[in-house]
Amino acid sequence: MIALTRLIAKRLATASLVLIGVSMLIFAIARVIPGDPARIALGPNATNEQVAKLRTELRLDDSLPAQYAHFVSELLQGNLGVSLYTNRPVTTDIAQFLPATLELVFVAGALMVLIGLPLGMLSARFEGKWADNLIRIVSLLGVSAPSFVWAVILMLLFAFYLPLFPIAGRISEQYAIDPVTGFLLIDTLLAGKPWAWLDAAWHIALPAFALALSGIGQAARLTRANMVETYNTPYIEMARSYGFSEGRIARRYAFKPSLIPSLTIIGLDFAAMLGNAFLVEAVFAWPGLSRYGVAVILRKDLNAILGTVLVISATFLIVNILVDLLIAWLNPRIRHAEQQP
Amino acid sequence: MKRIVAILLLNPLSLLGLVLVSAVVCGAVFADWIAPFPEHRGAVVDFSNFNQPPNWPYIMGTDLVGRDIFSRILYAYRISLLLGVVVLVIAVPIGVISGLAAGYLKGWPSFVIMRITDVFLSIPPLVLAMSMMGLLEPTLINGMLAVTAMWWPWYTRLVYNVTRAEKQEGYVLAAETLGASTPHILFREILPNCLPPILTKMTLDFGFVILIASSLSFLGLGVQPPTPDLGSMVADGAKYLPDSWWLTVFPGLAILVAVFGFNLIGDALRDILGAES
Repeated sequence: MIALTRLIAKRLATASLVLIGVSMLIFAIARVIPGDPARIALGPNATNEQVAKLRTELRLDDSLPAQYAHFVSELLQGNLGVSLYTNRPVTTDIAQFLPATLELVFVAGALMVLIGLPLGMLSARFEGKWADNLIRIVSLLGVSAPSFVWAVILMLLFAFYLPLFPIAGRISEQYAIDPVTGFLLIDTLLAGKPWAWLDAAWHIALPAFALALSGIGQAARLTRANMVETYNTPYIEMARSYGFSEGRIARRYAFKPSLIPSLTIIGLDFAAMLGNAFLVEAVFAWPGLSRYGVAVILRKDLNAILGTVLVISATFLIVNILVDLLIAWLNPRIRHAEQQP
Repeated sequence: MKRIVAILLLNPLSLLGLVLVSAVVCGAVFADWIAPFPEHRGAVVDFSNFNQPPNWPYIMGTDLVGRDIFSRILYAYRISLLLGVVVLVIAVPIGVISGLAAGYLKGWPSFVIMRITDVFLSIPPLVLAMSMMGLLEPTLINGMLAVTAMWWPWYTRLVYNVTRAEKQEGYVLAAETLGASTPHILFREILPNCLPPILTKMTLDFGFVILIASSLSFLGLGVQPPTPDLGSMVADGAKYLPDSWWLTVFPGLAILVAVFGFNLIGDALRDILGAES
């Protein structure tokens, strides 16, 4: 366990460093833009005194390092400032919208792993056969369109032409669920309402699948490439000469070592999904961070933009640390490191 | 080089990729002659023919002010391809130089460069580009800037990894022993060995730049109307689903066709160059 603990500590330290970098980067972009954020927020009809007052409140007249120092000291107290768009604390806004986005991204991530990895495995096992070619073309198509195009196509096919799934929203109106975690798939269970859970799952299916499609393609392609490489190693030949079935060889011998490099990329794909969630949410009117994010960006609402980007990056870093830990745990060389002399 | 072209032409999938990409490039370059209604690229209004389903002469239908969607797609390709070229022309050299430096040099310069790329890579690409686009003004130039800002770190990473591996090779040690200058070792010895993966990545990325740029304009943070753009065409049409399906489906497929073409070629290149190195 010592190796794992050290790994966690190291990864957390790097992540904090990166997060500081992210805040400085966005801060720098936000402060060098032309135009007065206070003037934009108040509109053309505000008097100069009002603008000056807001500038003082936002500390826009201080030097850049002083502004950043103030921002960090507030951040450490869990305060991201007030959004000029909603007039509420940014943390309140994010707490309201983030769970819906995270729920979508997590379900999509699960779909990516549960569909993408088996597809890649199948493809590698039947390398060169029709199943392999079909899976390769389908996965390449999946990667080749932005998720909003998939969202529109899926919506057209499975919500309009074949009305199997709902067009918008997270849950039907008849279910009143008290938000506990903000994740409807958890809150409905906590409330002991299995029908509401089914309804929420039914609502999330199509948007999550649209978001997952390019990730599924990516995961399948990677797993296939890694497994094809593994199939050429002597120990697979040995397993064959033992007379093990092809299915067992694929699952136990070829797939396992291919899983580790695939997982690394899946962790990175998660970043893409957090961004692409903005696109899918816009198509399915999903009440997540998307509408808020785009609205605050268009209004140059600095506090809200900074807060949103920071929270998204932090989520990405945490997920990647978890993926790294999973990889370390799956890798016997790291798992058993402390037992070696 | 001849051999690579021959292999690309013989494989049915990469041949399809070449056909798709050639069609897209020709459509964009010769849009003035191919487009049935070249004037529809701008702010033209023809209410007598608005919102028409695909029919002759509007093979992909018309939009809500009566402009031919096929013509607008051809002109939108122009912007997308231009953006792809500009982004890669700026991002690749930045990434290559910083990657070579970080991979070859030791100590803090390498550490600083790689931590900076970590910062960029830990913001979801689309979110970084969105924030930049929103804070600047949504123009074509700023769009290129925003996409470039999120693109170069990937090349830094790639070149860094190759350089780290190549640095141990005998030919680099030989050059060092002979007293070759650091720039000579970086650009004349190591760089040629980084070219195959860079070339493959650039082909694939051409498609992905188009994809990201269309995503930005889909959110209203890209090229502004009346300039035709695939992403904003999908966004505008999405409000009129399912009745006016051609408003979204054709621009959406146009993105798919272009990106798919570049991916097919990039995949084939990876197989060929990977086998050679």
